[in-house]
Amino acid sequence: MGLLTELKDSVSRVTDRLFTDAEPKRIGIYGPPNAGKTTLANRIARDWTGDAIGTESHVPHETRRARRKEDVEIERNGKSVSIDIVDTPGVTTKVDYEEFTDEMEEEDAIRRSREATEGVAEAMHWLREDVDGVIYVLDSAKDPITQVNTMLIGIVESRDLPVLIFANKIDLDDSSVKRIEDAFPQHKTIPLSAKEGENMDEVYDNIAEYFG
Amino acid sequence: MPKATNADDLDGPDGVQIDLISGERMDRMATTEKIRMILDGVHDGNIVILEEGLTPDEESKLIEMTMAEISPDGFNGIEIETYPKSETRDSSLLGRIMGSNESTAKLTVIGPANQIETLHKDETLISALVSRN
Repeated sequence: MGLLTELKDSVSRVTDRLFTDAEPKRIGIYGPPNAGKTTLANRIARDWTGDAIGTESHVPHETRRARRKEDVEIERNGKSVSIDIVDTPGVTTKVDYEEFTDEMEEEDAIRRSREATEGVAEAMHWLREDVDGVIYVLDSAKDPITQVNTMLIGIVESRDLPVLIFANKIDLDDSSVKRIEDAFPQHKTIPLSAKEGENMDEVYDNIAEYFG
Repeated sequence: MPKATNADDLDGPDGVQIDLISGERMDRMATTEKIRMILDGVHDGNIVILEEGLTPDEESKLIEMTMAEISPDGFNGIEIETYPKSETRDSSLLGRIMGSNESTAKLTVIGPANQIETLHKDETLISALVSRN
């Protein structure tokens, strides 16, 4: 199937959902560890509700439980859309507690790794059962063609969920949005820096359009 | 169904066991059986190669079950590689006539995270380094 046809189908699916259900959609924020998912969730929640969702950290697997912020009202172009934001733990196929021992005591590292594995399993369960759309967050300074990204995008597509790809961390010198666009040409990619608040207008325009 | 022989059962030089599993064999198995077979193989230190891979739903459940089995004193997960989805994959005449764009057939390599390292991967090649331990 051609790229344009796939894009058209994707937009059509989104439009169908837009006009068939007035309930707030549960939008899962997914991606690999340390892509900036919680920073983004906090940015959105603070901008529209004044509250944060979770704690941000440079140490992987800071988010080890899916957290939901309900009824986030986003106003765009004179209209208001309401979504529930679900911030999920970063998805991976492996967790080694020794990766954390530089940052904490061994006992804490073991507990963190155990909670991280539970969190990843929970994130997968949410994806299969409980979300209506997905924001897939990638660190634009890193290679997007990884097995986890390929698998997760494939899982989202197989469930026919609307998805937006967010190329985060565009404030970094090594950032390349094109690399992400080239890796997943079948989906719309939006560049942003959740940390610095760059390009958030385009982010909100697209959230309202895709998930309203 | 015959089980793959485990390398521990054999007398011979140390090495890494590789199980190449046909699509036909996988077709006869339920999702849980497939995942159990993969994880049992990986727990034994084997490299499991699936001729036709898993469906997205099965991949999701594989991640979930892998997470449940990770423990600090041994197993720390899996390394898994498949070819990225190709835009031209289903461009055959038959595929176009049948409208088939949902094929999940893709060679898949799975191994213990602490023994397999991907060196290179593109749409036509997966190159991996496998160590004994």
